[in-house]
Amino acid sequence: MDQILPVIADGIIYSAWLFIAAIGLTLIYGVMKIVNVTHGSFYALGAYAGASFTGAWLAHGYPPLLSYAVLLGAAAFITLVFAPLIERGILRFMYAKDEVVILLITYALFLVLEDTIKLIWGVNPYYVAEPYAMLGSFDIGGLPYPTYNLILVGLALVAGGGLAWLLRSTRVGKLLTVVIHDPEVSRAMGINVGRYYLVTFTFGSMLAAIGGSFTAPTVSVVPGLGVDVIVLSFAVVVIGGLGSLPGAALGAVIVGLVRSISVHYAPQVELFVIYFVMAMVLAFRPRGLFSLAEPRKI
Amino acid sequence: MRRDRTPLVLGAILAAIVAAGPFLPPWLLFILTIGIARGMVALGLMLLLRAGLVSFGQALYYCIGAYTAGALGIRLGVSDVLLQMLAGAAVAAFAAWILGFLLARYRGIFFGLLSLALSMILYGLIVKNEALGSTDGLNVLPSTLFGTRPHEGWVRYTVVVAATFAGVIAALLVHRYLQTPLGRLAPAIKDNEIRVEYMGASARRAIHVKYVIAATLAGMGGALAATTVGHIDPEMAYWTTSGEFIFITILAGTGNVIAPFLGALIFGAIHTVAYDLSPNTWQMTLGAALLALIVFLPNGVWSLFARRKAA
Repeated sequence: MDQILPVIADGIIYSAWLFIAAIGLTLIYGVMKIVNVTHGSFYALGAYAGASFTGAWLAHGYPPLLSYAVLLGAAAFITLVFAPLIERGILRFMYAKDEVVILLITYALFLVLEDTIKLIWGVNPYYVAEPYAMLGSFDIGGLPYPTYNLILVGLALVAGGGLAWLLRSTRVGKLLTVVIHDPEVSRAMGINVGRYYLVTFTFGSMLAAIGGSFTAPTVSVVPGLGVDVIVLSFAVVVIGGLGSLPGAALGAVIVGLVRSISVHYAPQVELFVIYFVMAMVLAFRPRGLFSLAEPRKI
Repeated sequence: MRRDRTPLVLGAILAAIVAAGPFLPPWLLFILTIGIARGMVALGLMLLLRAGLVSFGQALYYCIGAYTAGALGIRLGVSDVLLQMLAGAAVAAFAAWILGFLLARYRGIFFGLLSLALSMILYGLIVKNEALGSTDGLNVLPSTLFGTRPHEGWVRYTVVVAATFAGVIAALLVHRYLQTPLGRLAPAIKDNEIRVEYMGASARRAIHVKYVIAATLAGMGGALAATTVGHIDPEMAYWTTSGEFIFITILAGTGNVIAPFLGALIFGAIHTVAYDLSPNTWQMTLGAALLALIVFLPNGVWSLFARRKAA
């Protein structure tokens, strides 16, 4: 039972990572009703941008402490390059189509972005371990944990709290809630719905990119990085309920804990349990744990 | 009423492949066989798509079929192509019959996500299981037919002929099915399910049947792919494999049972050519092609052939 602390610590760290990776997905679905496969591409774009920008920053001998800001800036920059292009250039013409068709369109875009990444950064792996290594580590239950993980947890709290505040307590957030409930009436009331879609898509994708760029120092950044993240964040978001912010948090915590328990006690079922939980939630509460009843259309 | 030419065309395709096979290079036979395997999966997806359902986890049954074929060879020494396909189809059908009770209640995005979760469960199981070969996968015995091993150089031809026979029979059966009342229910379910219920039909049962048929075809395709490639690995259950199958189905359109096979061959051709010309941007080519298809040819390639024909 002395494993219990490490299990919880691992669970929290993994949950934080999952939450950052998935929160943008739920935001985009909540507002635009798009199950966005390109989310994984933005994660990968963020990871590549973070690794290469921070690598260049450190190679020039600039202060390493600021490399965290560079990670953040890299993610923001790369999203601002790609997200508005995709939303304005392609997605906005597709909103009238069926949910499943839009999913296919984002799948097509995901394929295109996968290779765009290879064209920009090549196929060789990128490493930047400094931001990760320079903070040292601390002990939990006799096991060393890199202090860097605390940044991830902090980031998850800031992202979740910030988004909740934005949605509930600001004018923009309240208008966005109106758009979510009825885009057509909002348009009639003079809200620029197109702009809200653009901002939501960009912001949601940026969260994925931030997730990617802050993961970059802990892994080697290789092609295909975002492919796993797509299904994982789908699992998180589906468990909590598509489009629900507290749902994504709950989903992240559930998946994080379930995974860390299985890694510690039964590593051979690690992947299995995550999707098993997803299937179980879909089987008993198809709209996720945090969901409201929806009227049936005749 | 127009005469139904589909069985005739299928027969002609079969004759053409049997006759031309010996003169085609092995790599082309390989592409052809894989095309037929993928075409079978897409044929099943087409059935679901006609009812407005998109399964993002058809790789589940593809993988089940492939591993059934592999296990048959490794455990029992059975390497007969047709037996492997039958076994793959049977096991996949059984799995789908069980899971169908659950899935037939789902529509739209939730149907897709649940099927995705189920296929990822299988992926997770295989990846972490040494007995199933883990991420390395397993080798499959060389193919035989009716207890005889074809001579070196004739293996590909034997497999492609067996595959074409199986594919043509499957296509004919599905073609017949589409003309039955249960088969004709699909567009109605897509259109308005509640009216289907008022008519006295059970949408859930119809979808369950379609789901099992689709899985049977996917299992058969998986077994065929396993024996053709000679190797199976967990990637066959991964979501990107499901994505490829959906790609093929969308590419083909739902107009006719021949369309999925045609779609699979076009997909194979795009894949091969794009990969050959530029190994690092073949996915981009595929993605751009898919986008263009959805925008300009939403009813698939088949709509080019069937433009003037009424449904």
